[in-house]
Formats: sequence, C-alpha cells, structure tokens
Amino acid sequence: MRMTDSARPSDGFDVAYVARLARLHLEENERAQLQGQLEQILSYVDALKEADVSGLAPMIQAVETENVLRSDEVSPGVDREAALANAPEHRLGLFIVPRILE
Amino acid sequence: MAALTELTVSEAVRVLSEGGTTSTSLLEALLQRIDQHDGAIHAYVSIDREDAMRQAEAADARRKRGESAPLLGVPIAVKDLFNVKGQPCTCGSRMLEGYIAPFDATVITRLREAGAVIVGRLNMDEFAMGSSTENSAWGPSRNPWNTDCVPGGSSGGNAAAVAADIAFASLGTDTGGSVRQPASFCGCVGLKPTYGRISRYGVVAYASSLDQVGPVTKDVRDTALLMNVMSGLDLRDSTSLNVPTPDFTTALGRDLRGLRLGLPSEYFGAGLDPEVERAVRAATDVCRSLGAEIVSVSLPQTKFAIPTYYVIATAEASANLARFDGIRYGARVKADSPLELYEQTRARGFGSEVKRRIILGTYVLSSGYYDAYYLRAQKVRRWIRAGFDDAFRSCDALLTPTAPTPAFRFGEKSADPLQMYLSDIFTATVNLAGGCALSVPCGFSATGMPIGMQVIGPALAEETLLRVGHAYEQATDWHLRRPQLKASV
Amino acid sequence: MSWQADIGLEIHVQLRTRTKMFCGCPNAFGAEPNTHVCPTCLGYPGTLPVANADAIRLTVRSGMLLDSTIGLRSKFDRKNYFYPDVSKNYQITQYDEPLCIGGHLDIVVDGQTRRIGITRIHLEEDVAKNIHFGSDSGVDFNRAGTPLMEIVTEPDLHTPEEALAFLQALKQVLQYGEVSDCNLEQGNIRCDINCSVRQVGAERLGTKTELKNMNTFRGVFRALQHEIPRQIRELERGRSIVQETRRWDEASGRTEAMRGKEDAHDYRYFPEPDLPPVQLTEEEVARWRAELPELPVARRARLVQAHGLPEYDAGVLVADKEVADFFEAALQAGAPAKAASNWIMTELLARVSETGASIHSLRITPAALASLLQLVEKKVINGPTAKEVLALVLAEGGEPEAIVKQRGLAQVSDTGALEAFAAQAISANPKSVADYQAGKPAAFEFLVGQVMRLSRGKANPQLVRELLKKQLG
Repeated sequence: MRMTDSARPSDGFDVAYVARLARLHLEENERAQLQGQLEQILSYVDALKEADVSGLAPMIQAVETENVLRSDEVSPGVDREAALANAPEHRLGLFIVPRILE
Repeated sequence: MAALTELTVSEAVRVLSEGGTTSTSLLEALLQRIDQHDGAIHAYVSIDREDAMRQAEAADARRKRGESAPLLGVPIAVKDLFNVKGQPCTCGSRMLEGYIAPFDATVITRLREAGAVIVGRLNMDEFAMGSSTENSAWGPSRNPWNTDCVPGGSSGGNAAAVAADIAFASLGTDTGGSVRQPASFCGCVGLKPTYGRISRYGVVAYASSLDQVGPVTKDVRDTALLMNVMSGLDLRDSTSLNVPTPDFTTALGRDLRGLRLGLPSEYFGAGLDPEVERAVRAATDVCRSLGAEIVSVSLPQTKFAIPTYYVIATAEASANLARFDGIRYGARVKADSPLELYEQTRARGFGSEVKRRIILGTYVLSSGYYDAYYLRAQKVRRWIRAGFDDAFRSCDALLTPTAPTPAFRFGEKSADPLQMYLSDIFTATVNLAGGCALSVPCGFSATGMPIGMQVIGPALAEETLLRVGHAYEQATDWHLRRPQLKASV
Repeated sequence: MSWQADIGLEIHVQLRTRTKMFCGCPNAFGAEPNTHVCPTCLGYPGTLPVANADAIRLTVRSGMLLDSTIGLRSKFDRKNYFYPDVSKNYQITQYDEPLCIGGHLDIVVDGQTRRIGITRIHLEEDVAKNIHFGSDSGVDFNRAGTPLMEIVTEPDLHTPEEALAFLQALKQVLQYGEVSDCNLEQGNIRCDINCSVRQVGAERLGTKTELKNMNTFRGVFRALQHEIPRQIRELERGRSIVQETRRWDEASGRTEAMRGKEDAHDYRYFPEPDLPPVQLTEEEVARWRAELPELPVARRARLVQAHGLPEYDAGVLVADKEVADFFEAALQAGAPAKAASNWIMTELLARVSETGASIHSLRITPAALASLLQLVEKKVINGPTAKEVLALVLAEGGEPEAIVKQRGLAQVSDTGALEAFAAQAISANPKSVADYQAGKPAAFEFLVGQVMRLSRGKANPQLVRELLKKQLG
C-alpha cells in the first residue's frame, strides 16, 4: 500500500498523525512527552466505555433550542482598512499568504 | 468611610448617586491601588488608563446632565478574552499578540449602556484552558491570600483582582468551572449562569457548547446587579435564550423557608479535602437554620463528568482554535508555504496546555475514533443531564464544595495535567448538564486559604441560587474578610 | 470489449440571497476585494454564525423542484480543514442531516428521456477567493460565507452529452425556481465530477477519479470527452485506475493528476455547537410548496393554450426563463402574441446570441417591443420601417412611437397623396404600363416600387396596389 499523509495507524494514539491534522509542528521532545501524557489521559477517558449509553441521543447543546434564524437583511460590516488592520501582511487590499499551490 | 476601592459595586453606585464621589475619583483610587499591589498579584495583563479616564469623565458628565444608569461610573474589569473595541485581547496567548479588537462583545455593549467604565484586562490561563493561570503566556497571577498559591483559573486574574480590591467587580467566563473555582480559591462570589442567559458574541470561544460569561464579585448583590445588565436575548448569538430577564435583586433578602436543598453524596466522597468538607457541611447547617430543608440526593454519573468534559471541550476547542493561523490577525511565523505557515505559527503561538488539548480534541474527532469518544461523550452528557433532572425532582438546588481543595501551590499540579483536570470535578458537570451554579465563600483552611460552597440549580434557576447565596452571606461574614497585602511599590 | 462510463456530479450553486449565509454582509459579485466583510466572515475570534432563513427556504425550494424529500429536521456541522480561503479553518456545512434527500431530474438526449437520481441537497458556506502572484498569494474574503447549495447526483449519467444535458436542465429549473441566477461567468454554478468506467454488464462501478472545480458546462463536457477514453485506454492496457483527484486543463485539453494534496482526508465532521438545529413544520413546507414558481413544462403548455402559440414557438421561448419573462411582459404591455413571439425568436434572440448578453440587457424593453408591434398592427408603420425602428432602439434606446414621430416614419395612407404618386409613376413609365397591360405582372411590381420610392418607403403598400390597379384600369 502506498503510504500517504492520510494513511493512519491501525489503532491507538499517534501524536505525529494527530499533530499533522491539527497543523501543529512538534519538536522531538515535545512529541515524546505529549505521546505519553495523552496516552495517560486517554486511558482515564476510556472510563466512558463503562457508561451505558444505549437509547441515549447525543446532547449537542447545553440548553436545547431550535430554529434560530436571521432574516436576509444587510447589516453593516467593516471597511477594508479595518478588515486588514490586524493582518500580518496585506497588499492590494488582499490578505497575503505564502504561494498556494493548487 | 472605608477606602473607595473597598466598595462593592452596589455601594459605589450608591455613593456616586449621592454625590459622595465621582467616577474619575473612583478610577483614580483604583489605578493607584493597582499600582501599589498588582506588581505582587499580577491580575492585570494590560490597562488603557487614558481610555478608562475618558469613559469615567463621560460617566461623570452623564450624571451631571441628570442621567442615571444602573452602573453609571463604576469601573469593571474584564478577562482578557472579551473583545473590547480598540483594545488588545490576547486570551493569555502569544498567538494574539498585537491583536486589536475591531468590535465590542455584546456584554461589553450592555455594560457600556448601563454606564460601566470598562477598565483593564485580566490575566487568564491561555485560551481559558487551565485551573491556575499557570498557563498564561504572560506569567501567572498570584493568590492575594498567599502569593505562593495559585488564584485558580482560568479566570484567575478576575478573582485575584476582586479579592485584592484592585477591581470592583469583573467579567469572566466559565466552561468547566473557570469562574467558580477561582472565586472559591480567592474568597469571592462567582456565578456560572445558565448557558444562553448571556450572549457569547465577542467572547473568544474555548468550548462553544459549554462556555458561559459569568461575573466575579465581592458579594451576591453585585452578582445580581451585573446579571440584570448582562442577561437577555442577543440576535448575534444563535444559542442565546429568548427568555425574559427578571430583576435578579428581588431574589435577595429572603430567608430559605420552603426551599429544599440537596447534598449529592458523590460530591462528599474520596478526594475531598477534609477542611473543605467540614466548611461546606457547616455551611449546610447554616442554610438549614435559615429555614431550608436539607435532603440527600445522588448523582451517580459524577465519575463520568471529567472524561466527558475533556472529550467534548477539547473537540470543540480543536475547531475553535483552528482559526489562529497567522493570516487575518495575530502573530505569524514567516514561512514558504501555507502548510509551514500554519505549523510553525501554531507551534510558536500556542503554549503546551493548549497544544495538549488541541491534540486530544483533534484525536477524539478523527476518523475511526469519533464514535468511541466524541459521540459516546455526547450520549453520556445526556445521561449526566438526566441525573440532574432526577435530582431536581427532589430538591430546588444542590449544595456542594466548589473545588475539592483550597488553592494549591504553584507547580503542585502543573506537571501532571490529569491532576489539574480533576480540580474541575465538581464544577464541569454543571456546564455539561446545562444548569447554573454559584460559588460563595464559606470558610477558610487552617492555613488561611478561602473555601467556597457551590449552589447548583437547573436551567434558569439563577434567582434560587442568588436567594440561597445572599441569605447565607447575610448570616456569615466570610465575604467581608480581606487578605493582608504587602504593598509592592 | 465495450465500456460504459458512470458519472456523478456534485454541483455547487450560489443562492440568490441579499446577504451571506451566517452574517449580514452583502452577497454580491464584483466588489473591490475585502469590502463585503465583517468580523464574522473574516473568522474573528469571538464571532458567531446566525443562519440566513432565506437560504434555507431557497434550498428547500430546490428540493421541491427536484422532487426531493424535505428533511424537516436538519442541522449544521463543522468540516475541519486548513486552507487559506477558509476563514475559520472549518467550513460550516451539513453532513448527515441535509435539508433535502433524494429526488430526480429528467433529461432528454437524442429524443430519449432519462431520469437522473439526486442523492441529496445541502447548504453550506462558500470559501474566499485566492489570487496568485509570482511568489505569494492573496485572499479576498468577499465571497467567503456566501450561501452555497450542493446538489449531489447518483452516478446515473453515462456520457458527456448526458452530463451536459443534466447541467442545462438543472440550470433551467433553478432559474425558474428563482433560486440562483446561475450566471456561469460569475461562478454561480461550479461542479466536481466523479467518473468511472466499467465493462458493459459488469455489476460493480469501476474505480472513480474526481475532477475538481469545473466552472463551465463546456469544460465539463470536454473534460469527460477526454477522461472517459483515458480511463478506457488505461484499463485496456491492463492498468488499473488510481482513485485520485484530477484537474481539467482547458488550455491543453487534458486532465491531469493534481499533486498529492497536503490534506489528509480526515475532516473530523461534528455538529456545529454554535447553531441550533433547523426544524421545519409541515405547514411551512406546504406554504413554500404553494409559492413554487411555474416550471418550464407548465409554462409552455400555458403559452400554447392561452395565446395560441405553436408548440415550437412556446418551446423556444420557455427554454430560457428570462426570454419567456420578456415575452410575457411584452404581452402585458399590449403586444400581439404571435408577432411578439416572431420578433423575439428572430430579431432579439439573434442579437442575444451575437452578444452573449441576457435579453434583459438589450436596450429594448418589453413595453417598447409592444409599442413597436402595435404600430405595425395599426398600420402606422410597415414591416421594413419597423425593423429600422427596432435597430434604432437597440442602438440607442428610446420609445418607438416617439422615434416614428420624430423621424416622420409613419406610413402614408392619405389617398390623395398616394393617387398623385401613382399618377406620377404611370406617366413617367409608359413602357411598364404597356408591359403590364400586355400581361406582365413584373411590370406592376415595378410600378408599386416606384410609388413606394416616391413616398420614401412610407406608403401603405396595400393601398398603393389598389390605387395603381384603379388608375391602370
């Protein structure tokens, strides 16, 4: 099988794979430390498996509501100067990033 | 008369309206005391004095014109994660170094309309992830009762400032106990309102389905006053509740006759510090003497609360914090490709606890693990909720310790993330279940550290909490005690 | 060996709303970069989404037009991936509870009708636009957060012709539904193609490739014309198809594999905690159903029945909703039906296909066309003059009646004046008169022409013939 970025370990927690998904560069020592800490936390979190959740619907909101919508009306935004004011780099009214390869 | 800075918000409002002082005088006294003591406490990460003075002058001018407003001229400090137009908002992180907020959070707008003077930004654990402020990129805050101890977290700056009388009151956020636990550690009053009671618009998110804005104050009356101003529907927040805002102060000044208060046995078991247990049980007796009926209840789901909390909170956080990428705002590391830009900027910008939680949250959502962790946690969450529903069938509110221990020492738990997570054990359940909870001071440890009692209610039961908290406060004097501070300048 | 292709489309349609999906910024094309933005669509910390009710209504309407089952309960989810055009680095979309499920659309290719299955329709937010420079790229967030509807078809299409017919039929339906302007130049419709081939009779679909970001119908057609034979060639050479994302390169006329995407395809979908679920009521859905605009088939039948148009004419007019709207607006303004249909089908559509613009961008309004045709009907002007007036209106705009008056183009029906012209023509052309009397009809036509010339083209031709016949005895 071709190894690609999307190939993932068959089971267990692999900090390198997850850090890549989360776009976090980790130094070697950080990686080792996090691998250990997360394994410990996950073994604690595994207690969830003991809960009997049969017949329970997932609870997504703390207080459950529905149908909160807005009418299709324009509200004021910010002007371009304000939009770009916090940008680390901008030019020609655009937010500048390293060249995107498509 | 006591020093101006010792005033509560309600006292300050009264003195201002009687013409006994001005907003500018209050602010000057406050800034002077901050200069004296914040060097040792480090509650604040930044203060825009000129902006605060302009607001105070404007408030005085409004009063001179005969205007009145509930908080007219009273300085209020905010945790460093509220967007306040024109001010920094770092969330205790290098990631947001240099960021200037282009808009006001809805609560800030409401406070301004009520005449408050928004002054100073309070230290916090980075992106509200932590229980001690040790995770702030700007260094920890210290507990005014003993500067070798943490003030709690994540709203540690809030509680430290209020306890040290270097804030009249403050706005924090509570995702798993971040208002209540520091309030308890510092001897303040802290409320986590019902989710949706106060708009989250403009409040930097940690875990969207758990975050709620809450005040840290010197007494229960101030909490009621701030709740009156901050609560209510906001069309910018789809999860804001469309319910009327009562006058919360009407809950004050009543005894506890007719109220049934439950003691959940699981909150008084192993791991609870004996001094904390003694103080909370004594407080329970006070409530009984005020007319409450005390009953035993059970919350058998309690042991699942922390695993559930850490799965849901980190999953949501992993997405909420994805936006910090060095493109539209914030810090940035130079890079040759977008991928490198992301990986390096985020590696440099985030501290270790934030990285830990992002990785945990990313993992529990990832392909192959979603069902076992995230989905399962959402189902356990409903079961936890059902447990509270059961308990509230036999009582109006619950009395518990706010935290298992008084404030701990720096470094005591920071090496062991799991130990740190467990300090949220009595608070995080409430965020999961969708209830509300108040922490009030209920005693001190032998070493002189404050202890807090938590009053937990079902959704929208804030009035019950305030009634219990206020009656208890009136019968005791814990909330009136002040730490002895050594001036650092 | 004979092969069959199986093609499924994922079509992204920009909805015709005033504002974006989750904030109140304008949903408009062509503004200066980063001028239709606010903290929410820029993904600022602390901002929150609030869903646009109209986008939900338009998506449900699309489902009704395609015979989908409307999901009364639906919700939004976060799709997590890092890309500079996604302001929050997650996209709000609908994962497992879309607004519309199932459905179909009929297409006609070579006279045969085929029913193409729709899998689902969901609502999401569009991404920003990237602009590439030599060494870096720029991002414009004007489009970020605008409502985007995704229609996913079953792999029921088998040829490039069918794919094209499907897209054209879909565009027609969505325009009729007033769901989207479907303006291709503005990127209102973009699609991804999933394509595989298998031997005829084989049960299982072959391994598919995905062709991303097609933004013209012609491109879809040509890409498939290339991709299907490519896959067949690979298989016939004994190779296997690699499941991959490919890109259509319009310039070289080839599809090519895109470089290994940096992204692992692990989107970590989870329910959007900032947005409560959407719960539609039966009554609401019924009300929306009652508001559905008339569809092309019904409209064609109505035009035939109510206005006596030939089937063919009605078909041409309704093919494009804007044309049919123009026609009916002209009728409203008093144009005779058959004449209006003729003039639109010949003169106006010729102009439309020359310029590629919409009929509404022509300088003639439906009311002006009606007024022009009334002038002809009342014999104020004759046919050739009418064409002349139309050319003027198309070039400069204006009111036909005023133009006719200003330029003195009304036809002459004054018998006295025409009698004089007839007499003049007869006396000036004795040879033609003799020819006519000798039984040569061409000579009569020549005399008619002479009278028309004397009247500077404005004579009523009918009247001229009568008067000439009378004078010639």
